[in-house]
Amino acid sequence: MSEIITVNVEDKLFQNRYRVDHGRAHIRIKDADVCTNQCQAKSCTFICPAACYRTEGNGTVTLITDGCLECGSCRILCSDHWNIAWEYPRGGHGVLMKFG
Amino acid sequence: MRKPSQFDAIVVGAGPAGSAAAYTMAKAGMRVLMIERGEYPGSKNVMGAIMYSQQLEQIIPDFRDDAPLERHIIEQRMWVLDDTSFVGTHVRSADYDKPPYNRYTIMRAQFDKWFAGKVREAGGLVINETTVDHLIMDGDHVVGVQCDREAGDVYADVVVLADGVNSTLALKAGFHGELEAKNVALCVKEILFMPEETIRQRFNVGEDSGVVIEMVGAFSEGMMGTAFLYTNRESLTLGLGCVLGDFRNANPNRTAPYLMLEKLKRHPAIAPLIEGGEMKEYAAHLIPEGGFYAVPKVYGNGWMIAGDSAGFVNAPHREGSNLAMASGRMAGETAIAAKAAGKGYSADVLKQYKAKLDDSFVMKDLHKYREMPAVLHRNPQFFGTYPGLVANAAKTMFTVDGVDKKSKEREIFASLRKARGLRGLVGDAYKLWRATR
Repeated sequence: MSEIITVNVEDKLFQNRYRVDHGRAHIRIKDADVCTNQCQAKSCTFICPAACYRTEGNGTVTLITDGCLECGSCRILCSDHWNIAWEYPRGGHGVLMKFG
Repeated sequence: MRKPSQFDAIVVGAGPAGSAAAYTMAKAGMRVLMIERGEYPGSKNVMGAIMYSQQLEQIIPDFRDDAPLERHIIEQRMWVLDDTSFVGTHVRSADYDKPPYNRYTIMRAQFDKWFAGKVREAGGLVINETTVDHLIMDGDHVVGVQCDREAGDVYADVVVLADGVNSTLALKAGFHGELEAKNVALCVKEILFMPEETIRQRFNVGEDSGVVIEMVGAFSEGMMGTAFLYTNRESLTLGLGCVLGDFRNANPNRTAPYLMLEKLKRHPAIAPLIEGGEMKEYAAHLIPEGGFYAVPKVYGNGWMIAGDSAGFVNAPHREGSNLAMASGRMAGETAIAAKAAGKGYSADVLKQYKAKLDDSFVMKDLHKYREMPAVLHRNPQFFGTYPGLVANAAKTMFTVDGVDKKSKEREIFASLRKARGLRGLVGDAYKLWRATR
């Protein structure tokens, strides 16, 4: 298929229900410098199904967990650096499936 | 520090494994606490979702009276896709349309809530909106759980871990290691709503009956992956999943999972089926597909682990919730027997759980397919090369263009030999045969 297809993942996430735990992100990049300077692949930035990870122009990786689907992929992918601290959100917070 | 137990058993996680364990124990008169981190049981839980009846029937024989079920399945389609076509087999039987039905589509958010309700009816205590942060240990013995609420330490004689694929509690306690990217599939799916009448017409089904479509093919861009389309009552579920390690290592285009799904939605075999569907939820989930060799130690002093947390998924057969329910029930039965025997819940007592699993379809089926993940991993041609060959062969054979059929056969065989060579073809057939023995 030669047609270029783009997806706006925010449009998808907009359909979901969330209770965001403001100021208490449940996933954290341990050392930003590792992402910037030691990680070539930055595979979290295209595999995260909610696109929570973004590469900035200067090579840093930013993480915004509000749309997180709590799959766990980022933690497991990062096996070269183990640079992601991953916990479940506090009880009752995070994504709330309507259908599952 | 060991404190007096407030419960006979604590179950962490109110999915099919957790509720099966909690229900089994509560029904036998044990004091059971089930702890769920979601707003309600099911609100964190995602699967395809096909639920097989038999295991639930063993636990709740009359589940059909009030369980929230979408459609029973009367037709299974297996499709191989290239970019523009599908080749497939369809199995439909009027026998599948006679009760008691063998499998149903369900919505986990509703089904799990119902199942946890049964735990309550049986006398179990279910608390929601509570995340368990750690297990409480006394030496090498699990004696309780530490929750993220005030005075959140709760003690019990035995803890059943049914906290799902990420299984962070057992990981933190050192009961098993971190999941490996080659042993999990990352799946994304959308639920698309449309009038019930439209589903009946498009899939040629009745009010309660439905169709499942399982797919492999070009959409996975050579990665080890499958896709699925399931009919619910007033919605379709369309999703796909690939091995997480392939997303990372065998994905030169750095294709995002949602982009892969978007392309699938536009495939000419799929687009007409989902046309007009209103997307109301987008979910992602990991499936533990490592099989037999990836199953960790499943019991120890004061603990057992069930369902996805233990890796109980039969990936080749797309079965998971039935293994979850079976393992949860067996964990429950083991705890009941341990309580009756009065000799505590040490590993030496709880090893009965593993014996039950080994003696059941859970470990027997995982054992049968034990080589499958490795064989598929070492042989990407099964997902990369063959789907295109199959679709092309069928197209060549069924295109009426004046070329005689013998020549067409030669052309097809030449394309197979070119792609895999004669030894490759024979070898591939042998590998698949071996992997299922």
